[in-house]
Amino acid sequence: MHSYGGNVSGRMFDFHVLDMIELGIEKFVSLKDFKNSKFPEGTKPLLIFAGDAFETDNEHKKLKSLLIDFFRGPTVPCVRLAGLEHVLHITALEGKIYLRSYKALLKKSGCRTPRIELEDMGPSFDFTMRRTHLASDDLYKTAHRQPKALKPKKKKNVSHDVFGTKYGRLHMQKQDLAKLQTRKMKGLKKRKGEKAEGEGEEVEAEATTAKKAKTQ
Amino acid sequence: MAACSIEDVLAKAEREEAEKLKSISVHKELELEFDPGNLFAFDKNPPNTREFRKQNKDEFLRSLARDNTQLLINELWKLPTERVEEVIVAKLPEPTTRLPREKPVPKPRPSTKWEEFAKLKGIQKKKKTNLVWDDVHKEWKRRWGYKRANDDTKEWLIEVPETADPNEDQFSKRIKAKKERVAKNELNRLRNIARGQKIKVPGVGLAPTDQQSKTELGKAIHVAKHSTASVGKFQGNLPKEKVPKNMGKKRKFEPLIGDFSAEKRKQLDLLNIMDSKKPRIDITKAVNKQMREEDRQSGFQKRKSPGKKGRKGNFSGKGKAKGKGKKGGPGGGSSGGSNKGGPGGGNNRKPRKKQGKR
Repeated sequence: MHSYGGNVSGRMFDFHVLDMIELGIEKFVSLKDFKNSKFPEGTKPLLIFAGDAFETDNEHKKLKSLLIDFFRGPTVPCVRLAGLEHVLHITALEGKIYLRSYKALLKKSGCRTPRIELEDMGPSFDFTMRRTHLASDDLYKTAHRQPKALKPKKKKNVSHDVFGTKYGRLHMQKQDLAKLQTRKMKGLKKRKGEKAEGEGEEVEAEATTAKKAKTQ
Repeated sequence: MAACSIEDVLAKAEREEAEKLKSISVHKELELEFDPGNLFAFDKNPPNTREFRKQNKDEFLRSLARDNTQLLINELWKLPTERVEEVIVAKLPEPTTRLPREKPVPKPRPSTKWEEFAKLKGIQKKKKTNLVWDDVHKEWKRRWGYKRANDDTKEWLIEVPETADPNEDQFSKRIKAKKERVAKNELNRLRNIARGQKIKVPGVGLAPTDQQSKTELGKAIHVAKHSTASVGKFQGNLPKEKVPKNMGKKRKFEPLIGDFSAEKRKQLDLLNIMDSKKPRIDITKAVNKQMREEDRQSGFQKRKSPGKKGRKGNFSGKGKAKGKGKKGGPGGGSSGGSNKGGPGGGNNRKPRKKQGKR
């Protein structure tokens, strides 16, 4: 199928075009073709991207960033859990990009988290990536700059392992190891007058058997 | 027998739990990446292309979408929730996906004079500790700020140096020096700001503003006129220039030991005023002024909301009546209390009025 022209989506930065991607539409099913009830306009959608192409291919990565920016809606502090109905699922498969829009039904499951059933709601698109006009890497870097205030504050003395274990550091004052309070071993107590090594060993042996040592 | 049944019960409970979780658990080779702040999930697993070709495309996509949505919903249900107006709401964290900004990056702050000098000379900033050991108090104190170490203004004993004047106050000298340093610092800070914003600051005199009022212009003229060698003595006036009165002095005080007879006269007059039974304020004038003010207020409100004319009119009527009643009261009260006939007669309107139509 030969289709001329497609959809060009792009973004601006600093009053210039940052990037533009042309997506050719292979197949399109409109909202009207799906005969079911819709949800109110303006619900914040759940965005899901699937496919390793979005991780490996640079153009797909930029497309993912663009689509998130486009579809995500306003940033809100809280969201009504029962109102999460719109699901936008984008799959990158065999060179094509499939965009499907579903209505989520929250069904009862045994526990607090509901089971999801999806109903195809439309519209649905089958895209192919055509021409792209991406900006250079350092322009992207400048565009992604965040003010220092927004960076997450690093917690001092807390570090994380590769496995996800959390480590903390405690700073102690210098301790006199001779004066540490450990378990008392009565047998090891130094008595007056005893200096010979043999007797010292004898005392140790008695201590290990946990018997009372009698002086000889 | 009892031991067997306990084991059975536990096993059964475990199986039930697993059953419950089965409906919402999804098995994936690679964990998904979640960004709950954006309600976003990313599945990195390569999709099963064979399955895709075998099945109906939409069916495959839908089952994949269902699995991924289930995982995202599981993540969202783990967030802390609260109840807002009978609706359960989950508190979203900050979005973690970095997206490019739309507006340009803000310009860096203009550097100060010291910063430029340091750059020129190659002076590096030396990081200093926050706390300094204070020998006097024998503890660690701040390097600068509230209750700092080695604060020379807080010393209780200062040796007078040989070369200094014995009558000079050394303590106040140190305090004055500190104030001067603070003022100098502030001046330099403001100068840095002005240099950064390219505002022209005159060395001496008034700073220019774009729209000058009459008084500001007058002040500027006065400053310019008196900036001659003879301090403006021989400068001619403009044709209609008004000489400003009371430049500088805002109040005039009598000297402490001056005219005794005038002082005596003033004090006796004051006593006479306090003794007299005549009211100090003119009741008629006061009441008329108040009524005029109220009329103005109600007129302004009427203009503000023309729709509610009827109600406003009624309320203002009530207010007027109350106001008049009230003004009659304190107006009468402030006069020594003995002559109620006077203010009653002088006041043309009755102190209390019947309430208007509702």
